[in-house]
This record gives sequence, C-alpha cells and structure tokens, in this order.
Amino acid sequence: MRDVYNALVEIVGEEYVSFRKEELYFYARDPGLMPAHEPDYVVAPETTEEVQKIVKLANREKIPIVPMGAGMALTGLIIPLKGGIVIDMKRMRRILEVNEKARYAIVEGGTSQGALKSYLDRNYPNLRHSIPDAPPTVTIAANVVIHGQGRLTQQYGFNSDMVSGLEVVLPTGEICKIGSCSMSPSWFSKGPTLPDLSGLFLGWLGTTGIMTKVGLKLYPKKKMRDVELFVTDREDLIPEILFRLTHTEMVEDITAWFQPKPIIFQGNHHVTLYITGDTDEELEFKRKMVWDSVKEFRDNKDGGFMWILPAMKPTFLDMPQRSVTTFADVKKGGGFEYSGPIALIEKYPVLARKLVELGTKFKVAYSGMARVIGRSHAMMFGIAFTFNRADPDMMERVRKALHEGITFAFDQGGIPWKPTAEEQKMAMERMDPNTLKLMKMIKENLDPNGIMNPGNWEVN
Amino acid sequence: MDRLKFDEHLCTTCQTSDCLVKCQFINLDRETAHREVMKIIKGGDSSVLRDCVTCYACEEYCQWGNHPFYLITERREEKGILTASRAITNQWINMCEPQGKYKVGEIKEKALSCCFIGDLRRLARGKLFEDVRSSYILGPEFFCEVVYLHFAKPSVIRERLPKVIENINQLGIEQLICMHDECYGSFTSLAPAYGIEVNFQPIHYFEYLFEKLRDLKSEIKPLNIKAAYQRPCSSRLSPDKYPFVKEIFGLIGVEMVNRKYQGENALCCGEVLRMVAGYEVANDIQRKNVEDMVQSGAEYGVFNCPYCQMALSEKVYKKGIKPIHIIDLCKMALGEE
Ligand SMILES: Cc1cc2nc3c(=O)[nH]c(=O)nc-3n(C[C@H](O)[C@H](O)[C@H](O)COP(=O)(O)OP(=O)(O)OC[C@H]3O[C@@H](n4cnc5c(N)ncnc54)[C@H](O)[C@@H]3O)c2cc1C
Ligand code: SF4
Ligand code: SF4
Repeated sequence: MRDVYNALVEIVGEEYVSFRKEELYFYARDPGLMPAHEPDYVVAPETTEEVQKIVKLANREKIPIVPMGAGMALTGLIIPLKGGIVIDMKRMRRILEVNEKARYAIVEGGTSQGALKSYLDRNYPNLRHSIPDAPPTVTIAANVVIHGQGRLTQQYGFNSDMVSGLEVVLPTGEICKIGSCSMSPSWFSKGPTLPDLSGLFLGWLGTTGIMTKVGLKLYPKKKMRDVELFVTDREDLIPEILFRLTHTEMVEDITAWFQPKPIIFQGNHHVTLYITGDTDEELEFKRKMVWDSVKEFRDNKDGGFMWILPAMKPTFLDMPQRSVTTFADVKKGGGFEYSGPIALIEKYPVLARKLVELGTKFKVAYSGMARVIGRSHAMMFGIAFTFNRADPDMMERVRKALHEGITFAFDQGGIPWKPTAEEQKMAMERMDPNTLKLMKMIKENLDPNGIMNPGNWEVN
Repeated sequence: MDRLKFDEHLCTTCQTSDCLVKCQFINLDRETAHREVMKIIKGGDSSVLRDCVTCYACEEYCQWGNHPFYLITERREEKGILTASRAITNQWINMCEPQGKYKVGEIKEKALSCCFIGDLRRLARGKLFEDVRSSYILGPEFFCEVVYLHFAKPSVIRERLPKVIENINQLGIEQLICMHDECYGSFTSLAPAYGIEVNFQPIHYFEYLFEKLRDLKSEIKPLNIKAAYQRPCSSRLSPDKYPFVKEIFGLIGVEMVNRKYQGENALCCGEVLRMVAGYEVANDIQRKNVEDMVQSGAEYGVFNCPYCQMALSEKVYKKGIKPIHIIDLCKMALGEE
C-alpha cells in the first residue's frame, strides 16, 4: 500500500495524491444510482508524462485505474468497481491551440466544456463547439469518450464525430497520437485518410486508454441566435415533424421533450429548435423556412408555435441549459439519472408512451427528452428520473423504472448510451458474437493486464 | 351559466354591418357582410368563422353595442373550429388555471389588479401609486380570462370569470383599479355581455393616472417629446377610455403624433395573432405598425399593454424609437426613473 502511495507521490507530488477516507468517500460515487465503491487512491496528474508514469505503475502493480473527468456521466462509469486508482484529470485543463481558419482546438484531457466555451467567447467570438447541456465543469475528453451529444449534434453528429485528433496514453503506457497529428503538426482529422484508429478509444468508456489531448472541431458562431418552440399534443407526429424540420437544413439544435410539470407543459410534446444568423434577414429567412416546413400541422391544428415571452428566452438560449440541472434536483435530494438509448426517431412515440407508463407505474418524477442526432439519422431518447438520495425506496423504484425503460428501448432496436455496467452486459448479450469477439481481441491486446476501468465493456 | 346577450334584431335591421365592413382582415362589401352576419347568427357556415384573426375590433365597430366578436367566438366553439392548434390552446388554458399561487397585498377598499402579469406590479411604483401600491391582487385567481376569446374558448371564460369576480368580492374590494386594459374590458364588457354580475367598481388605470397626474401637476416637468401610441386589441372592449391617452399626454407634455393606424383604425401588436392566424399575418401587422410609427416621426413608442410592449419593443427600438410603457412615461415626467 505504502509503496504505491509513495510512488504516486513521486510522480505528482504529495498534494495531488490521497487515500484519505473523506476524499475516497467522494470518489466512490456519482450523482446517479449505482452503489458506491471506494478507490484505494486518488491522483491528479498535470502532464501527459505523469499520466504515463501512473499507468506504468498500475501495470507493474496490476492495480485498476479509472480515468475521471467531472464524474457527471451519472451512470457509475467513474465508480472504481474494483478499487484501484482514480485518475482525476481536472488539472490537465489547458487549451493548447486554436486554429481559427481550420476551425479546431486542441485541449488537454481534463479541460472542461465551460472553459473552452468562455475561452472561445473571449478570444474567438466567431467560433463555437458543440457544448452539451451538462453542467459546464464536465470535461471534453470524457464527453467524446462516451459519445456525448451537444448543441451542434443535429448538424454534425455525435460530439465524438467532431474529434479531429487524439493523444492517448495506452493501457501499457505508450503515448500514442491518433489522426493527422500522428504525422503532421496539424490536428484536422481524427483518422481519414489514414486507418481510423480513433474508434479504439471513442465509446470505450476509458477502458482502452487515457486521452491526454483532444483535437475538437469548431464551427461558425453566428452573431444572432433565436429559439422557436413547436408544440403538439400528438406524439405520433413527432417523427414526421422532426423529419421536416431537419429537411430545411436551417436549424441548429433540435430537441423534442415532454414533462408533466409545470402545468404549462402538461399533455403536450415540445420541439425546441434554434436558428442562427448574422443578420436579421438571415434569421428571418430561416424562421420562415421553419414555419413553412410544418405548415400542414399548423393548418390542421395539430400543432403550433408557442409564444416564448422575452423573459423565458434566456432560459432556452442558455448554453448549457441550466434548467436541465434544475430538473435534476426537483426532488431536492440531489439524485438524477437518465438512460439515453440511441434509437430511430420513428420510435419516439412508443418510447414516450413507455416513459409515461413507467412514471405512473413506479410513482417517480420523470421527463423525456430526445435530441436529434444528425439530419434525423437517430435520436438520443433521455429517460430521465430525479430522486431524493435520502429515500432508498424512491431510489429503488427509479432503478426498476430505468431497467424496464432501457430493456424496452433495446427491444425497440435501440442501443445504449453511456451505459451502466449492467446495461453494458445487457447490450453485450444482444450483440453479434463476432462483434463481441473483436471487442475482446482489441481489449486483450491493448490492456493485457485488464487494469483499465475494469467492470466496463468486460467481454467474457 | 349565462348565455351571451346578443340582439339579433339589431343586425337584421342594421344599415351598416360595420362590424364586418370595417374589418381590416376580411374584405367584404356591405351586402355580403350582412349576409355573413346573419349566417353567423343562424349558426350557419360563415367564412368569417374561419377567416377572423381575432383582432377584437368589431366589438368597437358595432355602434349598437352588440357583440359580434363574442358571437363569432361562441359559434366557433360550438362548431369545434379552432383558432390556434389544440396544443397551444390547451397550453394557455392550463397556464392560467388557478393553482393557489396568487399574491394579495394589504387589501383595502381600493385595490390594484395586476392581473396575472408580474410586470404590472413592478410598474405600480413611485408617487403615482403611493396610496394604493400595497393593496394589490396578482395571479391566475384574478386573471381576467379575456385571452380565451383569441382561442375561441368562451366556455373557459364562462366557467372561470364568475369565480374570479367572486375571489375579488371575497377580499372586500370595492374599487378595482385595472392595471391591464384587458381586465377592465373583462369587467365592463365581457361580464355584462354574459350577464355576469360585477359588484365592485372597475376603474381603468388611465383614469386613475389622469386623476393622479392632475393632483401632482405642480411636480410635472413637461417631457416635450413626440410619441406614438400603440393601442392594444383589448382596448376594443373599452373604446371610451381611449381619449384619456391624449389627456394624459397633454398633462405630461407629450405630443401624440398622428398615425395611420390609430383610434378605430389601430393595428394590434400582432403577437397573439401569430399563434392564431400564423406568422404571415403577424409579421404583416407588425411591419405596418412599426413603419407607421416611424413615418409619424415619433421618438417614443408608448405602450398600454405589457404584452404589446414585449412583442414590439425590439422591433421599434431597432428603428430608432424608444419603447416605453405609458406608466413609465408618466413617471419620467415626475422625474422618476
Ligand atoms: C444535468 C445534466 C445534463 C447533461 N446533459 C448532457 C448533454 O446534453 N449531452 C451529453 O453528452 N451529456 C450530458 N450529460 C452527461 C454528462 O455529464 C456529459 O456527457 C459529460 O460530458 C461527461 O463528462 P464528465 O467529465 O463528467 O465524465 P465522467 O463521468 O468523469 O467520465 C465519463 C467516462 O469517461 C471516462 N473518461 C473520463 N476522462 C477520460 C479521459 N481523459 N480519457 C479516457 N477516458 C476518460 C471515464 O472513465 C468514464 O468512463 C448531462 C449530465 C447532467 C448531470
Ligand atoms: S353586430 Fe353591430 S354592426 Fe354588426 S350587423 Fe349587428 S348591429 Fe350591425
Ligand atoms: S375580430 Fe377582427 S378579424 Fe375578426 S371579424 Fe372582428 S374585426 Fe374582423
């Protein structure tokens, strides 16, 4: 024990290693439902070389390591299921480069979404990235590791599709560059036209390496941004509405959502969509395209646009949207978890009905939110529950509701997003055996000692 | 619940059919207008039931005090003709449903009605409201319900308005200063049209302002500005209060500019109509309205209804006109911010 501690102190300095109970307590849990499990050590490196040394040490000692950003994925992905070292990446927070003309940034593996946003706002007001609606402290690297989605996902796909290069410390300690940066000083491509190796790390939940640098594509930021809210009482129309809206190619983020409270939202499904422009003309042209695209539904009274009062607009225009975090604590016990299966948009109606059924059956506070991924290529359907952590009975009901919800989503052809260890198992049970075999080969080769975030994507 | 008091006989013998002839959104000659009115009365399938954009104006156009717009609204609901979508209509019905979250001040015989609009409470500050500010009501329990005319849901009005009046009565209020034009219209036009008894005295806030400004005359510093007045849809229910605008402007040294769209010919702010009649209609109204303000040479655009102000503020501001609520304008003349 003492040896590992001393070795860690030697790598990062005493201040940045701990095995004190009170710290291990916090690193044993996240705000979700997964049971806590304490690590043996927590360490906060500042450089790639320090990460490398920690990984080598862990290999030597055969101790599990768990890379951690802000711990906000909510599904227990940073809970050290088998103990070991939690590597808290937050000290690696520098923004290393912004290439304005090629529109990409290079950030360190613990840089937060909020830091990049404010840096761009201050220094490159005409650039932006696809910020998720998570609290701003969450990290960019973790978000692409879990295939997160953000405000530009409808236009450009998963946030992980926007990666333009990686630096990774492999489970055996080698520092490896992925993409154009492997042979060029420029970070403009994560793979093409070379063999795309980024797939060895994206989506693997920290089980195949630790990202120490991430190249991220940036996008034009227009001067003006506005929001429209289309409302319908027919969930069965949502897929067609989304299809028509995406057809316009005029819209930024699109989400469809419903929640029983407050009363103003009761009984309806809402499609929030954002339009941007550099001039009033551009904005109004886009607005017209949007309104026209759903004219049929407006004319037959199946849906209409809501008047968003000026006082309400900032709530919608906020990035990230704080109201999501407010919902996360409606039960005032700090408990929030959502399962976010990725599914076809045509499944919105059945998933929405299922969520209402679960809310009633398990007597839990719910909200449903679907973020459009690509031009209606898929959606993330968030089955979200908020609960009081001091109420074990409520937590158990939420657990059951989530389990039933995700099973249903799989039955509908969905796949999991940032799955809990249990959901990963459920997913792997349904996977093509040869796919599983390939995953196993990759993992065994990259991580021969099985030290990387064990308990996750464990193919037996 | 009481039915709408509508005198069919007046229409049968009406020589003008002004209600529809003057309509700015439906183009009918006198003869067709008469025919359509009669169709509406008889419960027939009048094109007006589909084309009316709910501007309220025919309530003012009818010189006989008949209630053509209320009738249109009734007929629409009877026939299941929606104006806005079901979802938006229900949203508005839900939104203003009393839920026990109202606010009541230290109620005296005279009280301010801030309707369900927090901004009105914020406006009621300073010398003008010194005596009455603390005696106020605010919340869905005191909401005037007029907006459901836009949504062709008079049944909601019939159901909720008597309760609102009862809530006010229970507080022992004898004089209610209506800070929202629409509330005044509700108590003085809508309620009587439906035979709903109002046993307190509604006072339009224009009248209140006028009296107050007269009392404070010595403290007024004339503003010496030119202003265009934006008349809201709800004013059609209380046209007799319109002259107060000029009176108030006169007291505070504001020149009321001549506009094409003023008085009976006014255009509303258009924003609710966006949900009801679509963005083309709303955009057209707003464009005409703002251009007209610009043409009139106004420095200020003066609003009566906070919602009109929300809808048009940015648009007029971009054209170099300063948007302001009439109460704030009065405060300005008293040297208050
Ligand atoms: C209110 C709320 C709203 C949210 N909204 C969104 C949203 O709109 N879109 C969205 O995508 N997500 C959303 N989330 C989920 C989540 O917070 C984000 O995806 C966030 O980006 C996760 O980052 P994190 O730093 O908290 O990750 P963590 O939970 O710390 O880590 C997630 C995974 O990444 C691994 N990991 C962390 N750092 C590294 C690294 N450097 N190298 C390798 N692996 C690493 C971890 O081991 C773990 O498996 C939301 C969460 C909340 C609480
Ligand atoms: S409503 Fe009035 S204006 Fe219209 S026809 Fe009847 S009496 Fe004439
Ligand atoms: S309410 Fe307005 S649009 Fe409708 S008929 Fe009357 S005047 Fe015409």
